[in-house]
Amino acid sequence: MSTTSRPLAYVHSRTAVLRNENIDTDRIIPARFLTTTERTGLGKHCFEDWRYAADGSDDPAFPLNQPQARGCSILVAGRNFGCGSSREHAPWALLDYGIRAVISSEIADIFRGNALKNGLVAIVISEAEHRWLMDNPGVELRIDIAEGTIRLPDGGVVRFDLDAFSRHCLLNGVDQLGFLLQQQADIAAYEQRTEEAA
Amino acid sequence: MTPRTLFDKLWDAHQVKAETESTPGVLYIDLHMVHEVTSPQAFDELRARGLKVRRPDRTLATLDHSTPTLPPDADGKRPYYTQEAEAQVARLEANVREFGIDLMGWDSPQRGIVHVAGPEVGATQPGMTIVCGDSHTATHGAFGALAFGIGTTEVGHVLATQCLLQRKPKSFAIHVDGALQPGVTAKDLILHIIGTIGIGGGTGHVLEYTGEAIRAMSMEERMTVCNMSIEAGARAGLIAPDETTFAWLAGRERVPKGQAWERAVAHWRTLPTDEGATYDREVRIDASSIEPSVTYGTHPGMVVPIHAPVPAAADAVEQRALDYMKVTAGKPMAGEAVDVVFIGSCTNGRLSDLRAAAGILRGRRVAGGVRMLVVPGSEQVRREAEREGLHEVFRAAGAEWREPGCSMCIAMNGDLAQPGQLVVATSNRNFEGRQGKGARTVLASPLVAAASAVAGRVADPREYMNQEAAA
Repeated sequence: MSTTSRPLAYVHSRTAVLRNENIDTDRIIPARFLTTTERTGLGKHCFEDWRYAADGSDDPAFPLNQPQARGCSILVAGRNFGCGSSREHAPWALLDYGIRAVISSEIADIFRGNALKNGLVAIVISEAEHRWLMDNPGVELRIDIAEGTIRLPDGGVVRFDLDAFSRHCLLNGVDQLGFLLQQQADIAAYEQRTEEAA
Repeated sequence: MTPRTLFDKLWDAHQVKAETESTPGVLYIDLHMVHEVTSPQAFDELRARGLKVRRPDRTLATLDHSTPTLPPDADGKRPYYTQEAEAQVARLEANVREFGIDLMGWDSPQRGIVHVAGPEVGATQPGMTIVCGDSHTATHGAFGALAFGIGTTEVGHVLATQCLLQRKPKSFAIHVDGALQPGVTAKDLILHIIGTIGIGGGTGHVLEYTGEAIRAMSMEERMTVCNMSIEAGARAGLIAPDETTFAWLAGRERVPKGQAWERAVAHWRTLPTDEGATYDREVRIDASSIEPSVTYGTHPGMVVPIHAPVPAAADAVEQRALDYMKVTAGKPMAGEAVDVVFIGSCTNGRLSDLRAAAGILRGRRVAGGVRMLVVPGSEQVRREAEREGLHEVFRAAGAEWREPGCSMCIAMNGDLAQPGQLVVATSNRNFEGRQGKGARTVLASPLVAAASAVAGRVADPREYMNQEAAA
């Protein structure tokens, strides 16, 4: 049940690219699919209003429907990916669709936190490096969580920042709720201190 | 002592454990608001681990997103859009029973949109930390509370521990000098701010709105401003508490009473930013220069004064937005034909918003072919509006008067627009498909929305103010 319990050290895949900036969470998973009470099964609705033609078939114009994007688990997307709502259904849908890592030059705060807590690697890199990846879809990348590096086929290395705790949790499959539950004595002391003062 | 900002004070006061290089801090949460959409998986997590809700007394639930806004039938059956929506609401009702949480449910006179109802009952107070699985939780920052949206995993964390693992964001002051002109509202101001700093402009920051124009605002106006902080990428927006805040809160159900109230107010007076405190970023806005403003594109930062020409697309993405909206660069938004008008949401679904809209609609009719929905933000707003007869004004004008809920803002309860329809909406997001697949959303103030309903086109409310209604 715990969503971060599977350790993750590398993501190794060709890239698929969505060039659009500001891809919001309504694009990733439209609100009409949020009446689910489960975490699973949202992949078929991921980018629902973008990927299907009017007759329900795959729209060939949607970049992720193109043959070279099939099976890619690294998504390179335009600036400010994941803006909008706090719905964790967005990373759940991407993971169920088969995406394991999202790379952009800017990722919205709530989405990024939600993604990392579910083992979806959300990486911010410099604009120049991002532009290169946007312009070269289909390159084979190897993301190394421990090193904080993305290795390119030509041997080039792109570094990214990931806060130490998120890295630790990804690498070791640490469950953050379990970590918080270990702080209960301090939480109780805080409650006693502040509620007596009130 | 080092001068501190309002944000610093709120942050410092809620540190159970300070952050280190290797771990985030443990931040205590004073109030956790819960609704039916983002909570079921979190309650499942608690059940799977055999955990209880640590502080049911600091947890408050409501029904708002998936709920129908049409009344029940003669048998009391509510017209849910889907069985799944009905099951989701039933799931929250069962979860609050099992875990002992207060619910402002169907039978409660306090039910409403989480960010309207929470403040109304006095659950929202200055100095608090407040979270909810909803990005518009920033609304509560209007009271000088650190309030932000969280995902469902974090909803589980707060249910189980009343805490979150957090690193401190940066601070960003938005100073709003001068006064807004007549016909220009808090909504126009926040749209202007988002247009100025951009929809990613606040990413990684907590905003604090300060200055003469903010101090002059009512609490409802302040809530409208803070509500849309997330549309600039900021998880939270703050306004320092003052006499306006205390007067609005006094006597509400969940605020302290008697001497405890006096002590609380004395504490709240210490919260505003100290003289000499510094922010990581600052920007100044001149309120007097702002016109009634509307969005023209597919995110809230694509905003223009209502009579100003729509800017030319800077790139292919912007051109796609203009194409989706079927608007033309170089032409103003004023005059665009309107199909639907929506007044409501946690941004603009409060009594003052309904009064503003009714002021324009009184003695006038919604233009032929235009559908207008008016959805109060809560049962309390509905009662007060009906006491003033506002519902009769809306109905006489040809608008639909609905039951409280999120309704067409998120369009997951069946209140939605048809493909291609242009909606002038007082809500907060104009993303593609937000109000129904293919629907085109223009964000605006309640005044602009009401004027547009009457005109049947995007219209400047000042043409309808300070003059008698047409006979």
